[in-house]
Amino acid sequence: MNELLHQTLSGLATGGIYASVALALVMIYQATHHINFAQGEMAMFSTFLAWMLLQAGLPYWGAFALTVVLSFVLAAAIEFAVIRPMHKAPELSVVVVFIGLLVIFHSLAGWIFGYTIKTFPSPFAANAWYGSQLMSAHEVGAIFVALVMVALLFSFFRFTPLGLAMRASAQNANSSRLVGISVGRMLMLGWGLAGAIGAVAGMMVAPVVFLDPNMMTGVLLYAFAGALIGGIDNPVGAVLGGFIVGVLENLIGSYVVGTELKLSVALVLIVGVLIVRPSGLLGKKIVTRV
Amino acid sequence: MKSVLTPSAAVPISASGQIGRNVWAGLCLLLAFAVGLAFVAKGYQLFQATMVVAYAIALVGLNMLTGYNGQISLGHGAFFALGAYVTGILMEHASVPYWATVPAAAVVCLLAGYLFGRPALKLEGLYLALATFALAVATPQLLKYKHLEAWTGGVQGIVLMKPDAPWGLPLTQDQWLYLFALAVAVVMFWLAHNLLQSGTGRAMRAIRDHAMAAEAMGVDNRHYKSMTFGVSAAYTGVGGALSAIAVQFVSPDSFTLFLSISLLVGIVVGGVGTLWGALYGAIFIMFVPNLAEKVSKAAPWAVYGVVLILLMFAMPGGVVGLLRKLQAWRAARSH
Repeated sequence: MNELLHQTLSGLATGGIYASVALALVMIYQATHHINFAQGEMAMFSTFLAWMLLQAGLPYWGAFALTVVLSFVLAAAIEFAVIRPMHKAPELSVVVVFIGLLVIFHSLAGWIFGYTIKTFPSPFAANAWYGSQLMSAHEVGAIFVALVMVALLFSFFRFTPLGLAMRASAQNANSSRLVGISVGRMLMLGWGLAGAIGAVAGMMVAPVVFLDPNMMTGVLLYAFAGALIGGIDNPVGAVLGGFIVGVLENLIGSYVVGTELKLSVALVLIVGVLIVRPSGLLGKKIVTRV
Repeated sequence: MKSVLTPSAAVPISASGQIGRNVWAGLCLLLAFAVGLAFVAKGYQLFQATMVVAYAIALVGLNMLTGYNGQISLGHGAFFALGAYVTGILMEHASVPYWATVPAAAVVCLLAGYLFGRPALKLEGLYLALATFALAVATPQLLKYKHLEAWTGGVQGIVLMKPDAPWGLPLTQDQWLYLFALAVAVVMFWLAHNLLQSGTGRAMRAIRDHAMAAEAMGVDNRHYKSMTFGVSAAYTGVGGALSAIAVQFVSPDSFTLFLSISLLVGIVVGGVGTLWGALYGAIFIMFVPNLAEKVSKAAPWAVYGVVLILLMFAMPGGVVGLLRKLQAWRAARSH
């Protein structure tokens, strides 16, 4: 029983990370209706930046803040330089551009920082009061960070004029332009936010899975599964979906099929949920008028 | 959901089913060149040419599904792997001759594709892309699965023998294999051309352009979509089978997510919704990674990614899209 509880709770912790990446995916999807296949690699690259800053002697939270800012700028710059010129191109060409970004970041990270596996520190002391036998302090911290991010984003979208403008330009770009919103700037902001969220997720996952260029591949898949299960157009759903996938992955991995088929479990989960509920648990059902 | 329709895909393959005399001449020339290559190229070059042919067949399959039917697949590497493994297992465990494994791979992949396509009917656009993406990621794991190890050879994979030329033909193994692959490709391209020109092909395109209108016109969307998935998987499986014979080795790690992504890149670079795009795409995915390595040993994939993005900037409709644009431009100038 204790073991089951332990597995569930550590599933919640990894779920928090999936939730964060899922959140980043949903951010970009909401703003642009694209799925950013390079999201995981961008987060991995950001984590390497953080590692570099830490090596340079910055304190953890300083490096953390600087990485978030740098990732924001980097992602916004990518939107401006690479994605914006493609806004009239067919969807598949945009997908290929994302793939191009994915291999570029993967290769650059390997080239600049090397392929050896590195350890990455956790900001949460191992013997902190909130850690216990059931859940390590880092796991509790990661969940906390994910929840804080959701709360911040939710308030940003719900209560600030800028958030309102972003939602408006995602929903109806033409009308937003007419009322004076710079849609292009909103898209850049959306990308920047997604980059920043991805960076935080990367820094939370790195202490668990260790830092190397392949770190995010599996995480990205689970985040997709989470985003889809929750509904790709719903940030709260994405977070919920991320947690669900984390717990299910851990439980199924340790009790049903064993670790070597974990990814296949994600496949079955994705297809299963999508067949029963094609728009996810909390997603809006899209009705088309003919 | 935005349509995956591209500018190039909106242009019909040819005005009608008729093939003009010029096109025949061009085809004969191309074929003569391809056959001639067998006697000019040597060893490794012939292997590369064989792989281009195998990839081209696989790309025709993916293009049928994505370009002509509008279903995005990021997981066709799985069917490529399945085809390769059918060949490997039949040759290794059942001593089936190599040529007989190719149709067997087609049949197995047709079934597998149909079975995957059936539940995937409910998924559209990016959702389908994600489900197939998951398939691609899971493939190497499934191939390594310990209860299948007796057949698949687990992580070790299966080593195959290269076939000799039959009937005492004075050809090396490489030459024979290339010509064999070429013959298969000619048949597959011919079949694909006929299929796409037929009523079935029109139904496939109609579903891509407007599913509901197609349904209203009496097209059985469910049937056509899942059958297209099956046929597409069969093509990709044949490509996989040929590549397995050419490489003489199948192992789980040759069929990673990267292969699936390369296939998608291939059809987009070649031209979505075009038959000949498959050829250009196959050349791209075979040679550009090697060229990238020559440019930068340290980060070849960064070079590859940059080339890819620049290509998409320059020709969002792929090579065939660009050629058509040039053709239209020349036609407009001559008037």
